[in-house]
Amino acid sequence: MANDHEVPEIHDDIETPALKPGSMGHLSPYPALEKHMKPLGFPDARVPEWEKRGVEKLGEMLKKYRSLQVYMDICVKCGACTDKCHYFLGTGDPNNMPVQRAELMRSVYRRYFTAAGRMFPGLVNARDFNEETLNLWFTYYHQCSQCRRCSLYCPYGIDTAEISMAAREIMDAIGVGHKYTTEIVAKVHDIGNNLGIPKPALSGTLQFLEDDMLENTGHEIKLPLDQEGAEVLLVAPSADFFSEPHIQSLMGYAKVFHQAGISYTISSYASEAANFGMFIGSFEQKKKIAKRIAEQARALKVKRIVVGECGHAWRVAYSFWNTLSGPFDYLDPRYPVPQHICEFTHDLMTRGALKFDKGANDDYVVTMHDSCNVARASRMGPNPGGQFTIPRDLIRATCNHFVDMDEDTIHEKTLCCGGGGGLLTDELMDLRIQGAAPRVTALKKVIKEHKVNFLALICAICKAQFNKMLPMYGIPMETVGGVHQLVSNAIQLGANKGIV
Amino acid sequence: MLTYLTYTVLVVFVAGFLWKIILYARSPAPLLIPTTPAPVTKGGVRLRLIREVVFFESLFKADKLLWALGYAFHITLALVLVRHIRYFFERMPPYFEHYQIIGQLAGVAMVGALGLLWARRFLIDRVRHISSKADHLILVLLLGIGVSGLLMDYVLRPDIIAIKRAMTTLWTSPAAALSVTGPGDVIFILHLAMVFVLLLIIPFSKLTHMEGIFFSPTRNQVDNPREKRHVNPWSAD
Repeated sequence: MANDHEVPEIHDDIETPALKPGSMGHLSPYPALEKHMKPLGFPDARVPEWEKRGVEKLGEMLKKYRSLQVYMDICVKCGACTDKCHYFLGTGDPNNMPVQRAELMRSVYRRYFTAAGRMFPGLVNARDFNEETLNLWFTYYHQCSQCRRCSLYCPYGIDTAEISMAAREIMDAIGVGHKYTTEIVAKVHDIGNNLGIPKPALSGTLQFLEDDMLENTGHEIKLPLDQEGAEVLLVAPSADFFSEPHIQSLMGYAKVFHQAGISYTISSYASEAANFGMFIGSFEQKKKIAKRIAEQARALKVKRIVVGECGHAWRVAYSFWNTLSGPFDYLDPRYPVPQHICEFTHDLMTRGALKFDKGANDDYVVTMHDSCNVARASRMGPNPGGQFTIPRDLIRATCNHFVDMDEDTIHEKTLCCGGGGGLLTDELMDLRIQGAAPRVTALKKVIKEHKVNFLALICAICKAQFNKMLPMYGIPMETVGGVHQLVSNAIQLGANKGIV
Repeated sequence: MLTYLTYTVLVVFVAGFLWKIILYARSPAPLLIPTTPAPVTKGGVRLRLIREVVFFESLFKADKLLWALGYAFHITLALVLVRHIRYFFERMPPYFEHYQIIGQLAGVAMVGALGLLWARRFLIDRVRHISSKADHLILVLLLGIGVSGLLMDYVLRPDIIAIKRAMTTLWTSPAAALSVTGPGDVIFILHLAMVFVLLLIIPFSKLTHMEGIFFSPTRNQVDNPREKRHVNPWSAD
């Protein structure tokens, strides 16, 4: 695989490239299939008069989203965002500069919704919504991972994620969908998770992992499924059940529950923390997917919901669940709803319920990649920035060697892994490789200077993306792992069982 | 004529400005999307907005040179506008005389900053690529206003007594008019005409950022989704 793709050379520092207009214009995702569009309520083929319908849909979206209305109007094109997007840094394609990506929609907005664009389209860069425009939309709105790095630096907080989500919803409404994301949303409704794992397979794999942990630790650590009356519903990204290194973190969560003596359950119906409704921009889909989890929390009569290591899932859970599927008045009010697994473990740790042997991770020099949706679209704990300190506290408590990457590439300034936002699909491999380059640059620096050999993170998509990317850049695949993988290695089972 | 024109321009400007504010205020915000780390209280959000509007906090993080130029332009524009108060009132408090020099220096700095901001649109390839004709024209308009102002200050003085008379009487008397006795007066008429154009386009162009920033959800929302349920007005259940 690696041989088919050109992998950029990594320099010492992240450099702003010269413009290469159109260099990524050829890279569009696969169009959605009829069988995936239909169940989501989208037209299964391009609708008649799609140009007109697309413009109408844009009008509807402007009335539904203040973000879109304001962000269409107020960009002054100062250029502050132009060197902030990892896809621009990696590809040099000017349409991957956030302002220019937004311009693809803004130019249509001006044409149909502003006086200046109706009267002087040439003067203000107004563009008809036609075949050419739609092609540009389909290409470049699928080259945005909705990571929001641009929104951090924009003097007005213009968030390209909002714009690319709206663009995808408009395209879905005229029957122009993206195969990877629509297929996954269809699978969640059909089977319960993104990977399409049915209950027997899930139950089998959990059983296998239990046996594995018993053999390795001598402790009967459970991964309970559909257990009514458990204290906690654990909602993990489905990759945690089947993929490496995700599965290592799943075992970490299980050990924490075991050691704390808190009963919990996984649900086969709501066996997915991820919510690709966000990637396609659809409020209705986001809501439908979120409701599956709330329904299960009721049905299983749990008191708390804990979410596993998944970036965009945590954004949806933390920022949107209360709106989409709340209120959660049937859960225990003493705990935040939902709780991140890192908050959960951190809380137990500070209360003295967990003991760690840091020596277990002495082979590792660890650095942390902040995942964009956790960093710029959520929080952990009571204070702003807890999303950075809490996972790092866990790393420091479980490892002796930790070092951060360049400060312009961590915390809220973090760089996307290159595979978020519904782009973790093989046909976009060239984009993913080039988009990962800025992060890899910062990583290589700490590898060189501090001999870092473990990239800790809390996102299923980042894990899958880096798993594929790092070997292409000459870094061993095993470098990638979850924060709870480190917890799993270091936790002292049976030390002082239960909450003190 | 001057009176009617001024009132027309002001009515369009104020109505357009209010229309945008009402449009933004009434557009729903379905979900909480503050760019985090974000303040967890309303007071914190107010401070965040103040830091953005008064200090351009995010721009400072993004690009120090652009911040310096943009900040210089906005601050000097404010100082210049304050100096203009004296043209609209018969009598000014005596201490206002000392302000003259600040306003005049600010005018020079403003034109300089605008010139450099415009130069960016040619010199930096990324910024050149994103600039439309309208982006250039708005800078040309602002430069035109600034340069004509400086010309009147330093080179071609208009009949300031006559202008001040016109400016103080035009609100009440349709007879108020501008006279042309020298080239400075022509410059003034150009200056005023460009200001009118600027006022007319503010609500209908990117210059609406001055109101829009206050409605930007990534900046004006409190980060408290778990503590307080946010309801989407068009999908409330």
